[in-house]
Amino acid sequence: MAALMLRFCCAGRRWTLSCVDGAFRQGRGPLTGSMSSRIRGQRSVAQHSFTTAQKLKKGEREWAAVVGLEIHAQISSNSKLFSGSQVHFAAPPNSLVSFFDASLPGTLPAGYQITQQRLPIAVNGSLAYGVCIRSQHSQVANKTVRIKQIQLEQDSGKSLHDDLRAQTLIDLNRAGVGLLEVVLEPDMSCGEEAAMAVRELQLILQALGTSQANMAEGQLRVDANISVHHPGEPWGIRTEVKNLNSAKFLAKAIDYEIQRQINELESGGEILNETRSFDYKLGCTVSMRDKEGKQDYRFMPEPNLPPLLLFDSESLPAGADPQQVINIDQLREHLPELPSQTREKLMLQYGLRPEYSFTLLNEVGLLEFFHNVMKDTKAKPHTVTNWVLNRFLGSLKQHSLAVSESPVTPSALAELLDLLDGRAISSSAAKQVFQLLWRSPGKTPAQIVSEQKLELLQDREALEQLCRATLEGHAHVVMDLKKGNPRAINKLIGLVCKAALNRADPTLIKEILERQLSS
Amino acid sequence: MTFLFSFFSLDHCGSRLGTKTMLGRSLREVSAALKQGQITPTELCQKCLSLIKKTKFLNAYITVSEEVALKQAEESERRYKKGHSLGNLDGIPVAIKDNFSTSGIKTTCASNMLKDYIPPYNATVVQKLLDQGAILMGKTNLDEFAMGSGSTDGAFGPVKNPWSYSKQHKAKRKEKPHAESEDPDWLIAGGSSGGSAAAVSAFTCFAALGSDTGGSTRNPAAHCGVVGFKPSYGLVSRHGLIPLVNSMDVPGILTRCVDDAAIVLGVLAGHDPKDSTTVQDPFKPFTLPTLTDVSKLRVGIPKEYLVPELSREVQSLWSKAADLFESEGAKVIEVSLPHTSYSIVCYHVLCTAEVASNMARFDGLEYGHRCNIDLSTEAMYAATRREGFNDVVRGRILSGNYFLLKENYENYFVKAQKVRRLIANDFVNVFNSGVDVLLTPTTLGEAVPYKEFIKEDNRTRSAQDDIFTQAANMAGLPAVSVPVALSNQGLPVGLQLIGPAFSDQQLLTVARWFEKQIHFPVIQLQEIMDDFSSVSENEKLPSISLKQ
Repeated sequence: MAALMLRFCCAGRRWTLSCVDGAFRQGRGPLTGSMSSRIRGQRSVAQHSFTTAQKLKKGEREWAAVVGLEIHAQISSNSKLFSGSQVHFAAPPNSLVSFFDASLPGTLPAGYQITQQRLPIAVNGSLAYGVCIRSQHSQVANKTVRIKQIQLEQDSGKSLHDDLRAQTLIDLNRAGVGLLEVVLEPDMSCGEEAAMAVRELQLILQALGTSQANMAEGQLRVDANISVHHPGEPWGIRTEVKNLNSAKFLAKAIDYEIQRQINELESGGEILNETRSFDYKLGCTVSMRDKEGKQDYRFMPEPNLPPLLLFDSESLPAGADPQQVINIDQLREHLPELPSQTREKLMLQYGLRPEYSFTLLNEVGLLEFFHNVMKDTKAKPHTVTNWVLNRFLGSLKQHSLAVSESPVTPSALAELLDLLDGRAISSSAAKQVFQLLWRSPGKTPAQIVSEQKLELLQDREALEQLCRATLEGHAHVVMDLKKGNPRAINKLIGLVCKAALNRADPTLIKEILERQLSS
Repeated sequence: MTFLFSFFSLDHCGSRLGTKTMLGRSLREVSAALKQGQITPTELCQKCLSLIKKTKFLNAYITVSEEVALKQAEESERRYKKGHSLGNLDGIPVAIKDNFSTSGIKTTCASNMLKDYIPPYNATVVQKLLDQGAILMGKTNLDEFAMGSGSTDGAFGPVKNPWSYSKQHKAKRKEKPHAESEDPDWLIAGGSSGGSAAAVSAFTCFAALGSDTGGSTRNPAAHCGVVGFKPSYGLVSRHGLIPLVNSMDVPGILTRCVDDAAIVLGVLAGHDPKDSTTVQDPFKPFTLPTLTDVSKLRVGIPKEYLVPELSREVQSLWSKAADLFESEGAKVIEVSLPHTSYSIVCYHVLCTAEVASNMARFDGLEYGHRCNIDLSTEAMYAATRREGFNDVVRGRILSGNYFLLKENYENYFVKAQKVRRLIANDFVNVFNSGVDVLLTPTTLGEAVPYKEFIKEDNRTRSAQDDIFTQAANMAGLPAVSVPVALSNQGLPVGLQLIGPAFSDQQLLTVARWFEKQIHFPVIQLQEIMDDFSSVSENEKLPSISLKQ
């Protein structure tokens, strides 16, 4: 297979349009030629319907949305695609620019953007991802989106026109950095599906080491093509929402745009085939009124670059130097574990529920945290999962922290779970310890337990006395129990535990209570 | 075939040094003189510099790098004194077409866009020449961005053909309305490497680099009576050559004889990591063997090259050359390149398409001309490009962008690429049928006066003038124009030899044999060059010559 390089022909093509509020914008428009054909004739594909939020009134018809994505991932490499310049985020402007990157006359092939649009590295693939079904309480639905193509491309530089001072500011640091462009067919139907597909792709790229895919650093940028239609009818006119460069706003922007199109059409308006951007402050998409959106890029083959030849074990020419040729089969054999395999392993090894395996992978750093806890604790996987996914992750979310910013270390949590597992503390005491650990990260769980005197009460006589006192003090609960209310015993256990300041083992209390009641 | 006694003839590459002055010698001869200490690099450099000044009116040079040249000559002299000469090119004055990047020396492409641009790096071919000790005399004039066939369309004015001032032409010129005036009815040098051809022809350097995209080295070589060699595509690095058409551009070599072209090729050829299209095979410099027997040689005469526009003089010289080969025992065969008639229009589409994208980099941001308009970045691009490029360049950019539009791409660009393949296959078929080399005219006729030339626009002229040369670029083949005789007007006519891809050595070997048979006369510029008379006065040796 030969992957021929193409180049853009317009003057100034290397520049981005503008750089607003630090958000990255690309000077590359949609590769519209490749899009229009794929939109039509796909009706046999199952369409997920995006139902309007409000209940349908009589006479109103249902709407369905289709979402396709173009994703640009910055290839994780030491140098740019065709030059030796380094690649660094946030380096001083124009500090990573070679003669080639500045496209000095006579440097080949420079002066235009290079892409593989017509003969990409790969075509006709698919990406499996999971989406949580809210109505069925965090069940995961497996979805697939077709990948139209994957291609190499050069990144553009950045330009910013300062109207006040009538100046154009240019930064070429990013110009010529290798990008991996992934074109996802419009098989998605809402923001969440798109976000989950992007997340899965991100995990795959990170697992492969292809890209660091950090959206905040512009290493993963998403453009979405969105249209709405009535089920059973031809698809509507699509808009492109560009530069969805934050995981947080990806789903929001897409859902906003879907709703906007529905509202527009329902109020008798029409959808323009235009490029829009998402204003994350206002929470809405706005037309970019960008001439670039409809540009004809005037591609032509790049004669300065010989075709890139990809072989498999069958097509590999005999006697070829393995250092000089690319054998796809050989690469496939050395692929690292991909996220789907990791999830499967988690489910097999620890009996995790599928949705837990998704959460463990989707939260940055959470899987590693989980593994580190597992490594250090005797507690059962089930306990560890519960603690990591509920208490730990919940606390992180509550404080808007990343896993890496957590005040509780994996070893501290492991120690805490060991205390719990060894019945040294009760589970409610464990929760208390966890909260204290969060607040005073310097201490170990054992220290906190001893300082707070949270050890489980081992003195049987004292416990029996506590139980007796509770029974006497709550005669109506005992009456309840005797009338046959099975939940009354739990209430009694709770009362004893409370009286014991969470230092009693509920199992033991239950046993004592039952004996005292039956005697 | 009749061999006429030539009125005047001299073999540049012969061994008859005699009293010939240094400047009239071939590169190989002057190199020998340097080695023997007959002249020092500094003396040689100064002689050339002084001649450059005397011939300034030719407008062959855009920039004369006098200081650099003298410094390089000094260094060369030190090496010679120590006996550490770097080789054949050490101390040899050369000129470089002004579309090759030269570190620290202006590289303008004869365009306002780059009129003050000083590159920070050397083109690979320039570096290779410097590494061999060659002395860089200056940067030669051209059509803007090498787009043209007359060297008339540059920002620094047209190049004048040295033959306009030759004794031979003056003696034969038909009309002499202002024969005694300061500036006669001067002739174009051909293009786009007209400055390089004129520089070599007027003895201001011993070799010059041109570039050849559709004939830009061979065409001015033919008009200026020098050898113009276009190597196989992929043999010589284009890194640093400001591109016209990436898939056809080749650095060209202009010298006074074929041997010299081979010496320069030996220095320039070879893989360059900075040009991925250069072939990886190691290249060994060669000395051209002396061909004594051409009986095994098969020379093809493409019948499609006999076009109505071909001047009768050139046609007759072409046929005499064919007879010469035959009479010496070679097999001369009429061959067919059936797609020839589509070549020039196909070349036009491919050329302009690549121009459209190659010129995209000139936006006024990092280097080159920048307009004063600062309304928006786009407005700045537009005004910069309008001010920086001439009509020819802008016209080609517009055409190219038209051909590449989505709705036109299949009908123009893709079709042209297919035709290009057919044209390349025509050559492959002919060479596979056993033909070793093709013999064709280089140009339709001799150089025309500037006044005549500019009656047609650049596009029309390019279409006419590239007719015999661009097909070799489309197919990536080596081709060389060898001066064969003077026309009735006393002007040089060149013929072209084309060989199979990477048969450069074989091609030059045949060209050298051919050159030896024909004894093209030396240009006589006595009126301009005081010390030149001694070159010719003693060299009136009778010999066979290809003459009308």
